[in-house]
Amino acid sequence: MADVQTLNMVAAGVDPASDRLSGPRGARPRRTLSRRNIFIYGTLILVAVYYLIPLYVMIVTSLKGMPEIRLGNIFAPPVEITFEPWVKAWATACTGLNCDGLSRGFWNSVQITVPSVIFSIGVASINGYALANWRFKGADTFFTILIVGAFIPYQVMIYPIVILLREIGLYGTLWGLVIVHSIFGMPILTLLFRNYFSSVPEELFKAARVDGAGFWRIYFVIMLPMALPIFVVAIIIQITGIWNDFLFGVIYTKPDTYPMTVQLNNIVNSVQGVKEYNVNMAATILTGLVPLIVYFVSGKLFVRGIAAGAVKG
Amino acid sequence: MSTSETIARRPSQLFRNLSAKIASLPMILTALVVFLGSTAWTIVYSFTNSKLLPRLKFVGLDQYERLWAQSRWLTSIENLLVYGVLSLVFSFIIGFILAALLDQKIRFEGVFRTIFLYPFALSFVVTGLTWQWILNPDFGVQRIVRAIGWTSFTFNPLYDQRIVIYGILIAGLWQGTGLIMCLMLAGLRGIDEDIWKAARVDGIPTWKTYVFIVIPMMRPVFITTLVIVASGIVRLYDLVVAQTSGGPGGASEVPAKYVYDYMFLAQNLGQGFAASTMMLLSVAIIVVPWAYLEFGGKKRG
Amino acid sequence: MRFECTAALAAGIALGLSGGAQAADLEVTHWWTSGGEAAAVAEFAKAFDATGNKWIDGAIAGGGSTARPVMVSRITGGSPMAATQFNTGRQAEELVEAGLMRDFTDLAEKEDWKSFIRPVSLLEGCTVDGKVYCVPVNIHSWQWLWLSNKAFEDAGVPVPTNWDEFVAAGPALEKAGKIPLAIGGQSWQTTGAFNVLIPAIAGKDVFLKVYQDHDAEAAAGPEIAKVFKAADDARRMSAKSNVQDWNQATNLVITGQAGGQIMGDWAQGEFQVAGQVAGKDYTCLPGLGVNELISTGGDSFYFPKLDDADKTAAQEVLASTMLNPATQVAFNLKKGSVPVRGDVDVSAANDCMKKGLEILAKGNIIPDTNQLNTEDTNNQLNDLFVEFFKTPSLTPEEAQKRFAAIIASAD
Repeated sequence: MADVQTLNMVAAGVDPASDRLSGPRGARPRRTLSRRNIFIYGTLILVAVYYLIPLYVMIVTSLKGMPEIRLGNIFAPPVEITFEPWVKAWATACTGLNCDGLSRGFWNSVQITVPSVIFSIGVASINGYALANWRFKGADTFFTILIVGAFIPYQVMIYPIVILLREIGLYGTLWGLVIVHSIFGMPILTLLFRNYFSSVPEELFKAARVDGAGFWRIYFVIMLPMALPIFVVAIIIQITGIWNDFLFGVIYTKPDTYPMTVQLNNIVNSVQGVKEYNVNMAATILTGLVPLIVYFVSGKLFVRGIAAGAVKG
Repeated sequence: MSTSETIARRPSQLFRNLSAKIASLPMILTALVVFLGSTAWTIVYSFTNSKLLPRLKFVGLDQYERLWAQSRWLTSIENLLVYGVLSLVFSFIIGFILAALLDQKIRFEGVFRTIFLYPFALSFVVTGLTWQWILNPDFGVQRIVRAIGWTSFTFNPLYDQRIVIYGILIAGLWQGTGLIMCLMLAGLRGIDEDIWKAARVDGIPTWKTYVFIVIPMMRPVFITTLVIVASGIVRLYDLVVAQTSGGPGGASEVPAKYVYDYMFLAQNLGQGFAASTMMLLSVAIIVVPWAYLEFGGKKRG
Repeated sequence: MRFECTAALAAGIALGLSGGAQAADLEVTHWWTSGGEAAAVAEFAKAFDATGNKWIDGAIAGGGSTARPVMVSRITGGSPMAATQFNTGRQAEELVEAGLMRDFTDLAEKEDWKSFIRPVSLLEGCTVDGKVYCVPVNIHSWQWLWLSNKAFEDAGVPVPTNWDEFVAAGPALEKAGKIPLAIGGQSWQTTGAFNVLIPAIAGKDVFLKVYQDHDAEAAAGPEIAKVFKAADDARRMSAKSNVQDWNQATNLVITGQAGGQIMGDWAQGEFQVAGQVAGKDYTCLPGLGVNELISTGGDSFYFPKLDDADKTAAQEVLASTMLNPATQVAFNLKKGSVPVRGDVDVSAANDCMKKGLEILAKGNIIPDTNQLNTEDTNNQLNDLFVEFFKTPSLTPEEAQKRFAAIIASAD
């Protein structure tokens, strides 16, 4: 893969609204420790602290024992660090008789996310390619329906989709959920790919046509390799979106295939005696870990992805 | 969302485009069957008295009459309005200010941006549970402030009906403001450097430049962001479920939860369909004018 | 433990009865996730596993209100589990009508369920058009006030013997820093508490008029107005109750932080898990100590129709196992509920459960609201009462008006 800088530059062609994050344009600040600088940095640091507090509290709480939580203050660092809550959250927390913690949900989420990401991006990229380079009659109408459809509240479509999935015999299965994710990821991804492929120089496409290359050949040989950066953006959007999904997981899967978010909610709400806040917080961090890692690793591409992917909500 | 219409139209012979048509089948099916089809299905069945299972026994507007007579539905709508308006106002103001501050050629811009945006990577369930913990009256903020010595301090949003929606708002803003900042920053970077130069030459103060020149120029960014964020707000569900489950006493109920509860819990599909149709209507009010401006009104490219 | 052996033995017999079917894994969904409940369900699992089949536990946390939607949509969505819990009553009514549930009439006749399941209303609740569609597994009654002896000791007042004394003790409890009445934030708990107040304050007849006949006039009448007055007391006493789940509220009573809780007899399981002794650490007042009536609701298991022949055969084994005398005793002692069989030895039951058995034997019973109301009605009641209990500005009069309107529209 090309280095990140090139990726960024290429990806910059993606969306005019989101690609201009590389050069500040505001008034030039003075070098000195002026009042203005104090104000700017002071505000930013204050806000940053506010944003970081929840993460800090989560981590700190998850490392304390219950007695310490009951006595102490949620901001205080742990006196005695214990990893027991983490172990419990991951491996032994119970829902009913199932005491295998979040680990099951984690693997379920992996099993849901991987095929969903591949399938949805595969379908959407071909859609986008067809829309951009092989326009046919009525294509624009379908595309408009698709984009407007992105704004329809999911609640409107939940039940008919239950029926659709039942009719094709996929309700409650992994593939049923993969299809649901592909459907609801389609508007934004198709838009993304369509815009990207539209910006590919026409000459390239024409030359390939002259050489006698057909639809699929051009897609796999010319378009696909060129579109790598946009694929990365799409993958980021989909991984975070699908991993974080709760509603579809709750409706279209069954308990032994519950994704991590649903299982998290179950474990936290499955109280035996008193709430174990430390375990809950460890479980919460564990669930947020995958998208957080994706976020910190992908950096700017993530920013680009969400600017484009915000439509998906 | 711009698109160049530079690609040559292929002649519309059936054979030449067959591959493209086949390749577009998933999209066509999704658009027609799922988006159009299921929406129409739901609307039709909202006029029936379907209970646990859908059935075509039409009862006119009964479900809608009942819906608007429910105090829970009215609370849900009110909550959504309060949450929606406040979260739009605050996230836009905070998001814009943060974006403007980051746009001042500061050091560590990347670090700050990373911090402001990371909550957006987290799910609403995670966000809700985290803030449930911080706002817990027995352990969280309230107890800390009381321990410092201000013993009468009361900040108990998740257990106080009057302010519970603000407790959810705090969590929602924490999660979502980074996104707005990001979109705003992209918008600010789209403003021509010359504008700033000209303003400086004319001696216009920075804040005036922002308010009277830059913000009006960013109108398209604002509108797009507004539509995106507003239609997301209508869907508000996970956050409430994780943070309060609609409590205390139903004070933080939202329409999306009403729909789910009636469809699957109360075994009254008709009522759920009617409520979801109302949600659709409210989104349509936001989206249709925008879609018209964006796609219908003017030709681009 | 004694029960383990007998359960295994009896389950073995059950296997023999069903005749050489292949063993199968059955997924069983339920919402029993609290400490006491999980211990009870483990008894079922153990007994069923002993038949050579395998119990795949499909516990769904968050109470019935979270679990039932999942169960229903899975059954209607064509991906059914092998067996699922519902409350005895009308929750699965439409599923049965739609032909999605398995008919157990043959098994019921073969094993002669009619002869030992009591009260008869339980089996009647499972019967649609003369056919049996479910297996009642326990009798739960709502009409209990659980009191923490320690809390009253701390407050320096005697443990009350009825609702009025309890209300009178409220201020003393509050002064001692206790929450007089613990009620969790889940809406069904508030409705439950109100439904317990009806027979205690207004009597059995009014209860039946309102919920069985859906008589809106009675619901708007002066008797129910008294109940709303009492509910007003209850809401004042529970104002500081900041918990969500019912067992967290029970835990407040167990630890003496709260004076009492109106909750069904499943709360008993929690006291038991906490090692508390009835009469010494806690006190139970059936019918709130006023009107000793108990309802005969509970849980039943339904068995969706399946394609797999082995699983279908195993469903019958599971049904027999659940009704097996030894399993019934083991399960119900842990659950804090009363066995559905009239012919089992429950001498191991504690004081509270014995009180319940006595009342049951006397026939002082009322149907459970789940048997009388549809889910739609119950859900509307939940919305009303959760709002009433948490909204001091909603007057009893106004709430009663809305109550009457819900009853009027109930079917």
